Amino acid sequence: MPRVQLRQIAHARSGDKGDCANIGLIALRPEDYPALVEQVTAERVKEHFRELCRGRVERFELPNLHALNFLLYEALDGGGTVSLRTDAQGKTLSAALLRMEIEI
Amino acid sequence: MGNYSFMIRIANAQGFWGDSLEAPLEQLRGGPIDYLTLDYLAEVTMSILQKQFTRDPQAGYARDFPQMIERGAKEIVERNVKVVANAGGVNPETCGEAVAAALARAGYPGRMKIGVVTGDNILSRLDDLIARGIELRNMDTGEPLEAIRPQVRSANVYLGAFPIAEALELGAQIVVTGRCSDVALSLGPSIHEFAWKRDDWDRLAAGVVGGHVVECGAQATGGNCQVDWETIPDLAGIGYPILEAEPDGRFAITKHPGTGGRVTVAGVSEQLVYEIGDPRAYITPDVVADFTTIQLRQAGTNRVQFWGIRGRPATEFYKVSISYSAGFKASGTMTYGWPDAYRKAKTADQILRTRLERLGLKFAAIHSEYVGANACHGDALSGPPSPDLAEVTLRVGVRGNDAAAIERFTRELAPLALNGPPVGTYPASGKPKVEDVMAYWPALIPKSEVTAQVMVKEA
Repeated sequence: MPRVQLRQIAHARSGDKGDCANIGLIALRPEDYPALVEQVTAERVKEHFRELCRGRVERFELPNLHALNFLLYEALDGGGTVSLRTDAQGKTLSAALLRMEIEI
Repeated sequence: MGNYSFMIRIANAQGFWGDSLEAPLEQLRGGPIDYLTLDYLAEVTMSILQKQFTRDPQAGYARDFPQMIERGAKEIVERNVKVVANAGGVNPETCGEAVAAALARAGYPGRMKIGVVTGDNILSRLDDLIARGIELRNMDTGEPLEAIRPQVRSANVYLGAFPIAEALELGAQIVVTGRCSDVALSLGPSIHEFAWKRDDWDRLAAGVVGGHVVECGAQATGGNCQVDWETIPDLAGIGYPILEAEPDGRFAITKHPGTGGRVTVAGVSEQLVYEIGDPRAYITPDVVADFTTIQLRQAGTNRVQFWGIRGRPATEFYKVSISYSAGFKASGTMTYGWPDAYRKAKTADQILRTRLERLGLKFAAIHSEYVGANACHGDALSGPPSPDLAEVTLRVGVRGNDAAAIERFTRELAPLALNGPPVGTYPASGKPKVEDVMAYWPALIPKSEVTAQVMVKEA
């Protein structure tokens, strides 16, 4: 099966709540949503962000929007005002997720 | 537009304090609107405003707001637009007076009523609350507030939309609030116009979803949108979002004709999933909205229609946002040019860390980044940087409770230009500044402990 980078089949937006980042991942075409559900698991996302996310990753499904929502705990070096990072609010984590490859 | 029996247009023109100064005027002038909503309060804002208020009892609110009212007074009066803003910060009464003064300066004294919502600020009540067993435990860590009580700088309850609706009911044309949920600014007008009840869970949830779509301004109309971003027209003249709300809870998102940007299912969906947790339980003071029930479709150019949204009863608690002082931080940069820019920056970082260690400086955290190589996504995801990168900026930050150590750190970057790896350039802006760190303490408070007050006065 061909491997594709998520950026080819999905788009995303990310933001912060304290030290927790959220990434909403949306299939560009509804027919690709099941592949996201099957392969972009919380475990894989935790492994993908092992360098940035010190806590757990939780996943929620929004089939109505062909979207998944991920919560990355302890992912922002203490949160927006405390963090020493350039991306203190996790705004670029959406694009970082789109680097992941899956099979379709 | 003509096929609605009854519809109100709620225009948002401010996604945070610091957003476009022109957007409110463009929303007022670009076409018909009934309400203008402006969100000024990020979490960090309250502690800044509290600090200003402590120094000057006439300060502590968003000064941009009365200035905006003065510039837009003609349209607000002539087109009878109602304005709802959380510009009051920690001093909503004075903000209301400043709005009245701004209207008078613009030549419209005594033309309207101004409503002020208070009751969100519980800073002076904290000790009493703790003494009565309301521990205000941190929602993330479970610790009681007592642990950091002396460091607390501000404490505000996120109020709901009903006090705003009450102010409108009492005839206010401009409503100023302190802390309230972001979505309350647009939900309040719908509650007022459509006489939604406190247990109209589905309609309230629809109002919450509509409010969530518009609360971040142009993020709903093509701003920060990943899908075909280079083809989104005229971002320089991007239109801010307009929520067209109907009594039964259905609504559409659009923008003024002739403005830039794009309103599509793709862009609006990005905003729907922005900064949410469990989509089945989006908790607000007024209702728990279920985002998995949202139905939407493209209903013409720059128009997305929503329906089918369901909600559940609100909880017994309000969320409280507490800020507390948590030490100091500073960060500075040094930029290295081709060739081997990344290796030069990496070597400079090692030299800097060695010197900080020899000085015996202790920090709670030290963090180094290589801007241009891997600062945003980290080493593992970005892959090895090319030796041919044109330049790489080393950015180092430190954080801790010892202000003197942080201050000393700010003197250690510039010397690298002369005594470190070759072709490093130091920013002309000079040495980094030591900043206070404000941290956040989210907590819950029983609703029975909080009473919102609504005052409406002639301007």
